[in-house]
Amino acid sequence: MNWRAVRAIVRKDLKVVLKSRAVLIPLIMVPLIILVILPAVGGVLLANANPNSPEIADFRRESAMFFDNLPGTIGDRLDQYDNEVQRVTYVIFNLFFPSMYLLLPTMVANVIAADSFAGEKERKTLEALIYTPTTDRELYLAKLIGPWVAGVAVGWLGYIAFALIVTATTWPLMGGVFVLDLAWLLLILWVTPAAAGIGLGAMVLVSSRVSTFQEAYQLGGVVVIPVLLLLFGQIGGVVYFSPLVALITGAILWAIALVLVVYGARTFHRGELMARL
Amino acid sequence: MASHAIETHGLTRRFGATTAVDDLSLTVETGEVFGFLGHNGAGKTTTVRLLNGVLAADGGQIRVLGHDPATDGPQVRARTGVLTETPSLDERLTAIDNLTIYADLYGVPTGQVNGRVNAILETFGLAERGREKVGGYSKGMKQRLALARAFLHEPDLLFLDEPTSGLDPVATQEVHDMIRHVSREEGRTVFLCTHNLVEAQRLCKRVAVMEHGQMVAVGTPHDLAHQIGADMRYTLEIAPDQTGAARDAVKAIATVSSVEASDAEDAELTLTVSDREAVPDALAALGAAGVRVYAVIPQQTSLEDIYMALHQRKGGAS
Ligand SMILES: Nc1ncnc2c1ncn2[C@@H]1O[C@H](COP(=O)(O)OP(=O)(O)OP(=O)(O)O)[C@@H](O)[C@H]1O
Ligand SMILES: [Mg+2]
Repeated sequence: MNWRAVRAIVRKDLKVVLKSRAVLIPLIMVPLIILVILPAVGGVLLANANPNSPEIADFRRESAMFFDNLPGTIGDRLDQYDNEVQRVTYVIFNLFFPSMYLLLPTMVANVIAADSFAGEKERKTLEALIYTPTTDRELYLAKLIGPWVAGVAVGWLGYIAFALIVTATTWPLMGGVFVLDLAWLLLILWVTPAAAGIGLGAMVLVSSRVSTFQEAYQLGGVVVIPVLLLLFGQIGGVVYFSPLVALITGAILWAIALVLVVYGARTFHRGELMARL
Repeated sequence: MASHAIETHGLTRRFGATTAVDDLSLTVETGEVFGFLGHNGAGKTTTVRLLNGVLAADGGQIRVLGHDPATDGPQVRARTGVLTETPSLDERLTAIDNLTIYADLYGVPTGQVNGRVNAILETFGLAERGREKVGGYSKGMKQRLALARAFLHEPDLLFLDEPTSGLDPVATQEVHDMIRHVSREEGRTVFLCTHNLVEAQRLCKRVAVMEHGQMVAVGTPHDLAHQIGADMRYTLEIAPDQTGAARDAVKAIATVSSVEASDAEDAELTLTVSDREAVPDALAALGAAGVRVYAVIPQQTSLEDIYMALHQRKGGAS
């Protein structure tokens, strides 16, 4: 394995992404909204909410099904709080956010892979790359690493931003850090890389069938979103976010991602890429 | 084997019903500039791809620099440099970035990368604009940068697909000088795909002519003239008022197949002859007729004439 060549391609792909507005805008805006703006606004509102206000009571009543069916561990955790606003805050940031959060590494990996696989074809820069002394395997690996690393990095940095903002805005209400536990750690270290892998794998699947970044981006989304919705829809219906759920979700995502990536490796041959240029 | 940079036997590649390269057998010697001629769709680019192991052949054998590109692609490509038809540059990056990435990909020793990149930008007249994004370059600048990239790792064998397309005459001249230099001074082999026949005539020791994937002729331009049975042509400089007399004098010679006035003032006559002996015969006849001949200028059959003759012959046959 020629790591110097692999590194050069990874660096090039990421550098090119940083220079493209069409790619960069979704990459910045979506995480910004989900992990910074939403938690900040929500945190400030909750921190200033009156525990006896009718809105809180309404919310609690509307979500009665949800609150009354919480598993024992979460119920016990909620019992430690002494008012409804604290319980609602805990539930929103710990049970609703994780599945939204997981969309990010998936989306980032997906968009960057769209640029690096299909965008390269579109910009006609693939041909020179194919003529280099890299092997098919090196080329494929290099194409995978860039989007994957970017997806994981955005996921991790995004989580740090999210945790800081939530903690800071709700400090007066919660009096401490409440979005860091075993479930979150598993989500970040085990599920996030797998989610990025799904975004990447979906692109590997569609990249040979498209010739522009836009097509790849759209078709990639079409493949990724149902997988995630299906998974979270299923899980959300029966179980609540917990370490075990994180473990299982991660395992399923890893399995799907690996299948897609291995399938991609079998079809990634420069001869076929060249014939389709 | 060592003296052949490229050797193929029966090389064939099909795309659906099209046979892009059809039973191609050819040899390119180390250090020569080999011209690969053919009109659009003749199979030139496909051949370059096959020779670099980036496209699989449907049949035939290939040796490039002693390796089979189908199995040893990376070894072959480490020693070849390819200028593709489209420059294939990252337009969002600077020229320096573009070259540095390829220096890494081709394994230029790490300590030499910066020096090599700056030197080659200098050579190709891009040093002052090396930090600009390639997207803002003119067509000719992109072409020069792509050429610079092909030369960057000092390959033993260069494949240049239309290297001067889009270049102005001065830049074209510079590229021609560069090709001659790498071939003569540095002993590198150049495989030059072109439909510019003047370029081929200037640069190439030997050329191959492709038609519909088949090689219809190969050899030096001189060999090819013989192969197609091209007649020899000589231009005579005479006094303008003697044109009529001169025509009458040479017409009678059996080996002279045609006589044309090739100058507006009738001061030149061009004889097309089938045998060199026609020249002394014509001079004797002209002398006898009192025509004063100031010069006899042999006209080389141009590659263009050869190419057109081959093209027509092939077109008529198929
Ligand atoms: N990837 C491909 N898919 C289908 N047909 C192809 C492909 N590549 C080449 N061909 C066909 O093979 C033939 C030879 O093409 P090639 O590009 O090698 O010609 P060329 O001599 O380089 O032409 P030009 O001077 O226009 O560049 C053409 O008929 C072309 O349409
Ligand atoms: Mg071509």
